[in-house]
Amino acid sequence: MPDFIIQWLNTHDVFTATTMLHYWDGLVTTVQLVFLSLLIGLILSVPLAILRTVRNPFVSGPVWLYTYIFRGTPLLIQLYIIYYGIAQIEGIQETFWWTIFKDPFYPALLAFVLNTAAYTTEIIRGALEATPHGEVEAAKAYGMSWFMRTRRIILPSAARRALQAYSNEVIFMLHASAIASVVTIVDLTGAARDIYSRFYAPFDAFIAVALMYMALTFTIIFVFRQLEKRMLRHLKPLS
Amino acid sequence: MKKLIVAATCALAVMTGSVQAKEWKDIRIAFDVPYEPFEYKKPDGSLTGFEVELAEAMCKELQANCDFVIQSWDGMIPGLLARKFDAIMSSMSITPERQEKVLFSKPYYNTPGGWFAKDNVNTDPTDMDAMKGKIVGVQRGTTMDTYVTENMSGTVEIKRYTTADDMVLDLEGERLDMVFVDYPVGEQTLLNRDGFHEIGQPVKLGEGVGVAMRKRDQDLADQINKALEKLKNDGTYDTIMKKYFTYDVKM
Repeated sequence: MPDFIIQWLNTHDVFTATTMLHYWDGLVTTVQLVFLSLLIGLILSVPLAILRTVRNPFVSGPVWLYTYIFRGTPLLIQLYIIYYGIAQIEGIQETFWWTIFKDPFYPALLAFVLNTAAYTTEIIRGALEATPHGEVEAAKAYGMSWFMRTRRIILPSAARRALQAYSNEVIFMLHASAIASVVTIVDLTGAARDIYSRFYAPFDAFIAVALMYMALTFTIIFVFRQLEKRMLRHLKPLS
Repeated sequence: MKKLIVAATCALAVMTGSVQAKEWKDIRIAFDVPYEPFEYKKPDGSLTGFEVELAEAMCKELQANCDFVIQSWDGMIPGLLARKFDAIMSSMSITPERQEKVLFSKPYYNTPGGWFAKDNVNTDPTDMDAMKGKIVGVQRGTTMDTYVTENMSGTVEIKRYTTADDMVLDLEGERLDMVFVDYPVGEQTLLNRDGFHEIGQPVKLGEGVGVAMRKRDQDLADQINKALEKLKNDGTYDTIMKKYFTYDVKM
């Protein structure tokens, strides 16, 4: 940070240079955590959603059970189970898994991935099942195989229908990531709680962090609006 | 006639106001449980502990009707300022930052902060070279947190917890190398169990613990100071202290 900014910041009571750096670290952690969990969750949920639409109950059943469990329980409880539960497994500290689970970041990432993948699976499944029969039949008439049909027709068509619902999921995930602070991760909320308990200034600490979440949310909304403009161009009125 | 009514109402308001200001007959006192042995719940659900008993003795001395409120630590000072209760007797150490927001009575006890770790860890907490890269757990916003943040934040990694329970779980799971907590808490939650021990020397921190009140309630502070002074001198304090501690916390 340039010196004049540091000097200007240090004239404040709460928002000193140290505090702002703490918020910045929190912001980086939040963005990393949310971005990674959404990315991995999305990659997992596309095949899961396809499996979920298969008629055979032995294929779709397990996926149904998975989404049922992870959508049926609070994210906070899932995080508690993964973070504290795993540490209580006898002898886990001696295995290589511990190098991953010792840090609070990876248990939180795992919980978030499993949670967001469950919701995204259901969003994509809905879009897949709403594919007009005509599109599938036309693809079949062209002699496309199942794989080619899925790749060329069904998935792109479903992606367009899933886009708006998925943008909601992304925003919810950003807001849900606030609970990462209960397992000692210093994300935006964790930074705000540290600053709050140091200065006893709840309004300053939490309103500042709320504004940062809002800025992130507006960025997400902007990105999705651009995507919608591109992908749903054919639905726009002509004039 | 109208003027008379207004004058009478004003006089009445002043009277009741002054009566309430002088005699605190109903005091609501907040505790954060469990924080053994200072305040915790007995198996039957009733509150007990060093500070609870001291508060009971104090209320008897003040001849006041005391209501005990349970409030979690994070919301302690906001709750006081929002008038959810009138006093905090929950091991709140006197610090300059807190004095900006609340009014403290004279200190009524002081306990040191203690370093605790698993039996296989024997690092000396004062040896900054050995401490490099160690992960230390503290309770967020405590004087121990401030001490570690100000003196060691470049050397060790600090993890802040809301409750002592979560911190103990992470020490047990080896996510933490050591914890720096209020000595009695460490004694109760860690030394009573196998596999944990104290490392280094207890560190005297801060100006002790006082009853926290709103700044406007100077009269309440005066009364509480007088009552506590009496308890400290007539032996009541010592009797209660001996019930809970093997060492001296009097201040």
